[in-house]
Amino acid sequence: MKIVVGIVKPHKLDEVKAALEAFGVQGLTVSEASGYGRQRGHTEVYRGAEYTVDLVPKVRIEVLVDDADAADVVEVIVKSAQTGRIGDGKVWTVPVDDVVRVRTGEHGVDAL
Amino acid sequence: MVGTAAFLSFAAKPDTGDTAWVLAASALVLLMTPGLAFFYGGMVRGKNVLNMLMMNFITMGLIGVVWVIAGYTLAFGDGGPIIGDFGHFKLDHTEGLTGTIPTAAFIMFQAMFAIITPALFTGAIADRIKFGPFIAIVVIWSLAVYSPIAHWVWQANGWLFKLGAEDFAGGTVVHANAGAAGLALAIVLGKRKGWPKEPMRPHNLPFVLLGAGLLWFGWFGFNAGSALGANGTAATAFLTTSTATSAAMLGWVLVEKIRDGHPTTLGAASGAVAGLVAITPACAFVSPLGSIVLGLIAGSVCALATSLKFRFGYDDALDVVGVHLVGGVLGALLIGFLGNSKTGVGVDGLLYGGGFSLLGKQAAAVGSTVAYSFVATLVIAYVVKAAFKGLRVSEETEIEGLDINLHAETAYESFGGSGLRSSASSSTTPKADAEVSA
Repeated sequence: MKIVVGIVKPHKLDEVKAALEAFGVQGLTVSEASGYGRQRGHTEVYRGAEYTVDLVPKVRIEVLVDDADAADVVEVIVKSAQTGRIGDGKVWTVPVDDVVRVRTGEHGVDAL
Repeated sequence: MVGTAAFLSFAAKPDTGDTAWVLAASALVLLMTPGLAFFYGGMVRGKNVLNMLMMNFITMGLIGVVWVIAGYTLAFGDGGPIIGDFGHFKLDHTEGLTGTIPTAAFIMFQAMFAIITPALFTGAIADRIKFGPFIAIVVIWSLAVYSPIAHWVWQANGWLFKLGAEDFAGGTVVHANAGAAGLALAIVLGKRKGWPKEPMRPHNLPFVLLGAGLLWFGWFGFNAGSALGANGTAATAFLTTSTATSAAMLGWVLVEKIRDGHPTTLGAASGAVAGLVAITPACAFVSPLGSIVLGLIAGSVCALATSLKFRFGYDDALDVVGVHLVGGVLGALLIGFLGNSKTGVGVDGLLYGGGFSLLGKQAAAVGSTVAYSFVATLVIAYVVKAAFKGLRVSEETEIEGLDINLHAETAYESFGGSGLRSSASSSTTPKADAEVSA
């Protein structure tokens, strides 16, 4: 099993969610995040004083998947989140030892 | 404001229209202080917003009592040229009229001015003052600085009133005064940790605009109410308050567009407030056209003045100096140029053939108010600092946030709340329930 983690622009969340649902993903976790990549931050001006905002608001999406689906799910997120402009985010996968469904106590792939 | 003692009348009945307007205006002016709380509260960081709101609200509590016991008589008691006497101490005789309205209505209208003036300087001391010293400063300052200056300018025995300096609704008494005090307090307190290198951007601009809207609304009571009657002077003041504020907003936003590239919401809100400040002393004395000129000047000059703190290195956190000191001084001085006798109550200024006489008197009023307020506030700040063994919160408190440390509350779940709330679930049972179940 793997966990697919995607950091995407907040306004792309709905599209990513819809694309994952269409692909057949049964569940996911979304949290607000902030950070920066190569784009760095941006500049804001308050009463004439410039402030550099380092950390840009992002959305973090986490999906637990079977090994066989991992590459496809990554592809689905990348396609649906892409605008082609700087700051689109990143997607990566991490191996997962075990997953337990809290309600039933099922382990492994059965718990996905 | 018209001199009050000169109008003391023993006629039995108040004018009902005048009384109704002044009572309504008093409520309008009271609303300005919560409005100011949100105007400032939106500009601070999320970890300090409750402290900012609380400083403004507690001022309503403090001065709402102090004014009635002692502040009013020091300001509006007959006294001499410098300060009132204790003739109205404790206000145990509020019957009678002031002009055409009940004295009780006049006392309340003035109470709202006394409340908002120290509230104005909370913007200069944001994010770093201990609560106890703040309370001490507000009470002492109100009696030792606000009351005397109000007496100089608005009481018929006051020396600036006798000189003929004009301040219809408080450009010197309220705004230049609060601005000078804010500067003194910001200097004594010192810079916030990290200022000006770390970004300390406003955490909630919608609050700022909400606050500016409430201020604008209440300000009609502040300025038009200062006619102390429902009459033509009130209407003139109402009109010029509207035009000057609109023009000032345009002026500020125009400066931003040219200088920074974008028109901002903070600039629109700040420009409106700068216009309100500047028209305050002048609202009954200038023509509608004059008020538009005054507003444009105030909006654009104040927009530029907010950068002074970076040049001189004093941390006037929310620009009380740039908006209230500069705006109040500008408005009071511009009466000397734009004063128009056709308004019925004003005197001609320089541009209307009145010569330098009025301008000289305005300069005297501005100079003496700013000088006294600045020096007296420095003295008060150092005395309170010694009495409380320091004015500033600890470094940890400043970093972690004043809300959680001074008030044991947080405004928001995560940002600014330091996450201290998450582990509190086991202790949220209300005390009463716990006793019942036990």
